[in-house]
Amino acid sequence: MKLLTHNLLSSHVPGLRPGGGFPLRIEAAEVRVRPVPFNAAFVSRLVPRLRWDALREAAESLGRPSELPPEPTPGYEDDEEFLRRLHHVLLEVEVLEGSLQCPDSGRRFPISRGVPNLLLTEDEA
Amino acid sequence: MREAGMAGHGAASAAATALLAAAGAGAPRVPPAGNSIIALPLWWTIQWRAGNSCKFSLLDSQYSFRRDGKGTNEADSMSIFELWGHGKSAGELYASLKNYPTDKMLPYLQSDSTYKVHIHTFNKTLTQAQKIKKIDALEFLPFRGKVNLKNPEHIFWILEDYGMNPNDVPEEPIHLYFGRWIADGQRELIESYSVKKRHFIGNTSMDACLSFIMANHGRVKPNDIVYDPFVGTGGLLISSAHFGAYVCGTDIDYNTIHGLGKASRKNQKWRGPDENIRASLRQYGLEKYYLDALVADFSRPIWRKGILFDAIITDPPYGIREAPRRMGSQKETVKSVERSTENHFFISSSYHLSDIFFDLLKFGAEYLVMGGRLVYWLPIYRPEYTEEIIPRHPCLKLISNCEQLLSSHTSRRLITMEKVKEFKDQDANSYLLDGQYMPYRGHNSFRDKYFSGVTKRIAKEEKDNQK
Repeated sequence: MKLLTHNLLSSHVPGLRPGGGFPLRIEAAEVRVRPVPFNAAFVSRLVPRLRWDALREAAESLGRPSELPPEPTPGYEDDEEFLRRLHHVLLEVEVLEGSLQCPDSGRRFPISRGVPNLLLTEDEA
Repeated sequence: MREAGMAGHGAASAAATALLAAAGAGAPRVPPAGNSIIALPLWWTIQWRAGNSCKFSLLDSQYSFRRDGKGTNEADSMSIFELWGHGKSAGELYASLKNYPTDKMLPYLQSDSTYKVHIHTFNKTLTQAQKIKKIDALEFLPFRGKVNLKNPEHIFWILEDYGMNPNDVPEEPIHLYFGRWIADGQRELIESYSVKKRHFIGNTSMDACLSFIMANHGRVKPNDIVYDPFVGTGGLLISSAHFGAYVCGTDIDYNTIHGLGKASRKNQKWRGPDENIRASLRQYGLEKYYLDALVADFSRPIWRKGILFDAIITDPPYGIREAPRRMGSQKETVKSVERSTENHFFISSSYHLSDIFFDLLKFGAEYLVMGGRLVYWLPIYRPEYTEEIIPRHPCLKLISNCEQLLSSHTSRRLITMEKVKEFKDQDANSYLLDGQYMPYRGHNSFRDKYFSGVTKRIAKEEKDNQK
């Protein structure tokens, strides 16, 4: 699971308060950095869709605290250094093993071989 | 039937070689605005029709098939031929060829040139002897060059169209064409993405050509994010990635996402360790466009609020090949209990067709960018089809609706919708009130009808495949 995906996911345990369940807390047992060709246009298109605080928090939880500024730098479209850092965090860092924990209910969704399993059990659904 | 590698895909390949028909005779009305597909033999490929400009055009008293540069992706573009003659019977074709001006033929038939003649049939397979006979029948043309099958200077094609219905193939072609090949559009591209060569296929892997058409209808462009909520083995994502979009998908089937379990390919017992969506993309040099594949139930809201996707392209499970499933609740009938490889038991129950549409349209309305597109297949019981049954949503505009015949009484329609209005929570359920979906609301009755013919056919194919 890439951190981009993490930034778009939310817990879906029934009975969450409105707006609850986000961001999922990452508990990583194995993280891999896999190089992805840099594409400035794509990364820059992503910025408006991101929840920045959640992304920084996620990066921090994986031991990458200082890779992103507190906010996207103004004029980031032309700031290659910023875009490269963001690219790295969003697309190259992958959680292979671990889990995602719902911040409200505490429910854990396992990640194995890089794939989060977001299914609920019969009782939960 | 196709070759052995495809034998497990009886219905899928029959479906793939059938035609997408929308504007053709006898087909139901199509929306007047926007783009639609027109039906022609698949070989000529399914053409892109933008507004009123059809690309099958009469030029200088000869037909020629042109590519139209207007399409964003050109996946629907096609081969270009100089048409020398055509007719509704062999006799008509020959008469038409004899009328073609000799001075226009001669430059390509010189004695110092090389050539070959191909024959292609649509909706019928000919034996080699039959093909040779048909090629020999063209002797009256003044061929003077030498035949060179490997690297000819000029290539001529005989195309025979045996209609659109795979269950009713006429003895003689209903239309024949003869022409000189000029150039290929994206047909080669489609061949290079053939499912036969793909690393990872499931029982309902979308035919390569159709998946390109879907990506094209979705107006997939570089740097988009494309999502397939019923991703299966990821066939639809490959064509989107080809166009430079970053792709992600979800599926309820843990084993499919992980590339585990029984293989769909004939003569292969289990999927290999590297058979997953990422590996499929890697095979085509598209791994850089892979975002993620997740195990999730589409009936559950796993995505946070926001505009997240540029296009949603999917082939929802209608239970025609692979049974629709979602997580069961105690109220519903438990159909099967499956065990994933982890310590999760999940219970699958049938996912009602009306619920799939409800979820899919609402999801598109909510999560697509403005102008983003939802492209999906809708199963149709043809005797009861009217345009009114196409699901609607106040935020989504119907762009096109194309039919692919599956049998005499069933088909599926490729539905393309575009987001035209911002989603508000009160829009979520409003469209269910206007009396649509009746055929789908009675999920089981619809499926029963749909299956009445299809199940027999599939059962037969499966029996054949086991031999």
